[in-house]
Amino acid sequence: MQSIGEAFRLAFTLVVTGEADLYEIVALSLQVSLSATLLACLVGLPIGALVAVSRFRGRGLVLVVMNALMGLPPVVVGLLVYLYLSRSGPLGFLGLLYTPGAMILAQTILIVPIVAALSRQVLEDLHAEYAEQFRSLCLSRWQSVTTLLWDGRYALLTVGLAGFGRAVAEVGAVIIVGGNIDHATRVMTTAIALETSKGDLPLALALGIVLLVLALGVNAGVQSLRMSAARHAMVGASHV
Amino acid sequence: MSDLQMTDVVPLVPRARTGVGHVAPLLPLEVSGLRLDVGGAALLDGVDLTLAPGGCTVIMGPNGAGKSILLKLLHGLLAPSSGSVSWNALPATQATARQALVFQKPVLLRRSVAANMDFVLKARGADRGRRDALLEDVGLAHKARQPARLLSGGEAQRLALARALATDPEVLFLDEPTASLDPASVLVIERIVGEACARGTRIVFVTHDIGQARRIADEVVFLHRGRVAEHSRATDFFPEPRSQAARDYLAGKIIV
Ligand SMILES: Nc1ncnc2c1ncn2[C@@H]1O[C@H](COP(=O)(O)OP(=O)(O)OP(=O)(O)O)[C@@H](O)[C@H]1O
Ligand SMILES: [Mg+2]
Repeated sequence: MQSIGEAFRLAFTLVVTGEADLYEIVALSLQVSLSATLLACLVGLPIGALVAVSRFRGRGLVLVVMNALMGLPPVVVGLLVYLYLSRSGPLGFLGLLYTPGAMILAQTILIVPIVAALSRQVLEDLHAEYAEQFRSLCLSRWQSVTTLLWDGRYALLTVGLAGFGRAVAEVGAVIIVGGNIDHATRVMTTAIALETSKGDLPLALALGIVLLVLALGVNAGVQSLRMSAARHAMVGASHV
Repeated sequence: MSDLQMTDVVPLVPRARTGVGHVAPLLPLEVSGLRLDVGGAALLDGVDLTLAPGGCTVIMGPNGAGKSILLKLLHGLLAPSSGSVSWNALPATQATARQALVFQKPVLLRRSVAANMDFVLKARGADRGRRDALLEDVGLAHKARQPARLLSGGEAQRLALARALATDPEVLFLDEPTASLDPASVLVIERIVGEACARGTRIVFVTHDIGQARRIADEVVFLHRGRVAEHSRATDFFPEPRSQAARDYLAGKIIV
């Protein structure tokens, strides 16, 4: 086993030289987690917006459940998805188990509550500002929801980012439904877990570095988008 | 309490609108016993009011008198605790779509000036071709591409007015629409509102500006502590208000 310093040096070499295995893993990670984020937004944003603009009996309970589901343990989601997708499960005929599709499904389920709950908060604040104007214009609920989603788009980027961050960093769900199969379902987190246990620290570290840089990069990108939006007064509180 | 019955008021301006001929007009408005209680306090305390078709009604009264709340109740945005609002037999909530309200604090979408106009025109299924003419009218044509929320306070209010007019409302409520405007812009707004009034739009205008009220009012409703202290023709109100509260208000005394 190498010293830590040696491991870091090898890891940087791997990253810089663009080692093929490493980038295959990174690419699959991105493909799975970005797909899951996109799907979760398609499902979660309308839910969040609808709850934000609606007043109904039991709304408080819905909010509690939505918030509680944000903390879904990945391994539990993985287990449930596994049960549904396994050959004897109700969705076994799809043959998705141990494919990227299963991993996308699991991560989507994991982060839909995050997208829904966080967007509900963002959009409810916006709605508080717009509600009277909407009612004066007699907008339908659908028109209200689409307007809020569009006007809140920059704030919602942060929500999507939170979902992506959770998806790309989780290991419990993808390892159960993906199986960490080399050249098939191996993503950054499962590879790091495996390589660490095998003692291949340079590869694990290299992946860790990529994961960190990725997280920082996406954050910086969204942050700069938000700042340019703020300069155009597209986000933030009203000035009047 | 209103100490004047306005039943003898004839329409000040004949309404000559196209396209709504088959629908019953919204006026006259009958308000009776209107109350709004919030947390034990009576924000409106038994408002009785009749508005005849046509013309410009100015609502005056000290801060906190309930002017903004009354507008929202008339427009169907708030539900009263008791009492009724009847737009020619239509309840307020069914009249909302045929009216527009320029809020005391303009609510502008996080979009460009032009997009704010388009949004309303689209929501009401109105002709988008009118957008540029309306912006021209309020002196904002050159700002059409700018983000609406970077407008100055006065520009924001002018945009809110243009947006309200875009819906071609039968009743136009304005809640202190010139409060932060420079003197020239105030006159522009008064001219635009006057033109809408001449076209037959019923105007209900809240202002603290006594000079402005003199210029535009056909009649005045004076609110005080959630009640109508006085409802008179402008020609009667300004020379000689009958309520003590209105006399003090016009004399510049602090009334609460
Ligand atoms: N949502 C609310 N809950 C409780 N009190 C309220 C609410 N909205 C308004 N009020 C109170 O009702 C009273 C009347 O408010 P309103 O906004 O109608 O006053 P106004 O006549 O428009 O005053 P101004 O001239 O300052 O605009 C105020 O004392 C205000 O504090
Ligand atoms: Mg007010």
